[in-house]
Amino acid sequence: MADRMTDLTALPAVTLNDWYCVAMEVTAPDAFDTTLLGATFYVTRTADGWQATRPDGTPCRCQTRYDHIWLCPGTPDRDLFALPEADQSGRRPVPCGAVRVACSPLRAVENFLDIAHFPFVHTGILGSEPHTEVYRYEVEITEGDAEVWATKVRFYQPQAAKSAAGGIETDYMYRVPAPMVSVLYKTCPPRPGEWDVIAIFVQPLGPELCDVWPWMSLFDDETPQEALIQFQQTIFLQDRSILENQVPRLLPLDPRMEVPTRADLTSVAYRRWLKARGATYGATLEAL
Amino acid sequence: MATLYDYALSGNCYKVRLLAALLEVPLDVQAVDFYPGRAHLAPAFLALNPAGTLPVLETGESVLTQSSAILGWLAATQDPTGRWLPTDEPETLARVLGWLAFADRLTATVGEARLHDMLRKPLDIDAARAGAKQVLRQLETALAERQIAGQSFLAAPHPTIADIACFPYAALAPDGGIALDPYPAIRDWIFAIRSLPGFITMPGIHALHEVLDQP
Repeated sequence: MADRMTDLTALPAVTLNDWYCVAMEVTAPDAFDTTLLGATFYVTRTADGWQATRPDGTPCRCQTRYDHIWLCPGTPDRDLFALPEADQSGRRPVPCGAVRVACSPLRAVENFLDIAHFPFVHTGILGSEPHTEVYRYEVEITEGDAEVWATKVRFYQPQAAKSAAGGIETDYMYRVPAPMVSVLYKTCPPRPGEWDVIAIFVQPLGPELCDVWPWMSLFDDETPQEALIQFQQTIFLQDRSILENQVPRLLPLDPRMEVPTRADLTSVAYRRWLKARGATYGATLEAL
Repeated sequence: MATLYDYALSGNCYKVRLLAALLEVPLDVQAVDFYPGRAHLAPAFLALNPAGTLPVLETGESVLTQSSAILGWLAATQDPTGRWLPTDEPETLARVLGWLAFADRLTATVGEARLHDMLRKPLDIDAARAGAKQVLRQLETALAERQIAGQSFLAAPHPTIADIACFPYAALAPDGGIALDPYPAIRDWIFAIRSLPGFITMPGIHALHEVLDQP
């Protein structure tokens, strides 16, 4: 990955000028190297906050948000996505560390958006047979190609959250606010009317290798933090072996490459949105 | 009820959960934030187990560490059939104990490669994978010989704690970038263990898909 140093300037501006999660704030050492888009960045803690330098020694910007350190390898052309729920009182932030996955960063996001795999991969937790039907839901790409949203998603789950006692029909909303970030909002068993927020922040090390930083913001005053972290890690690690075996390795954006079903509407919108933005890092445009 | 200090992604903790499930022994499972919190190295946990290793089992009478020792305790106290730890057959018992030691070699090679690939533990990955392949080849040879003798399990005609001790890190090898395609006897044995009544999964080790009755 970092052996073959990427020429950052050869990357599309939309990729270079975006924000990427590179560390969890509380566990980050005072100085560390991190790989992003095939290049090594050096990040240090200073009196003025976190600062980073590119491989050529020039500075680039960092910020801390949602319990993580975010880095922009180019010149930021937009703010980091907004997640107002993060500041809502009564919520508990649960950063979960990083899991490395040998897959395209875009495949990690796409898998997170998929509901149909729950009964088969997260059996007994997020889904179970024979409750495999994905009911009709709605997908939209918001004004100005800003974000992808899937709403009115309903699914039967044996144990939707650590705080859920038994099986419930769970309501979901999915959101892609940046090509390598996905946020889901789901029914919050102890607090009807509010949404639990679960996100993944994907750090692209290379086109086929990423670190995935799961993060949650929950209404749950009872479950120990370590149990919440392990619940989320268990779910994500169940996906890891599947993700590492998906072919083609790069996410295909040519609609002729894979045949979607109705349940894949979110994925179809995500791929279309990536293509429209030119956010093709980790993707393949050509039909094989 | 015994209390298991557990990390969901640890193959060694899974050995204990798996045998307990097969023996239908309920455990009080307490999650320890091994990653990212490194809670196994914090004073509270070191007071329980100065070695800072997982799993730990509190039985009410003693605090047990080392997964093989815990498997031995579970089999000796919770298995009325005496099959999981056959103490009345010296040859079989010696084979079981030999495999318990072998299991530590799987942890030290496959387990390390997995921690590198999955949780970014800094180590010499080429050395870990080379070691893993050597250990897996030895396991493959032993299991192939058992197959020729008409046997599915490592030390006896039935599963023992030897199988439970060696199973997780063999089955998790792909997590460390080591494909199991060259090891057909290992794959058959993994299938046999996944078929056991009461089998439970962990992330990276999937259940056999239930074959539904045809109408």
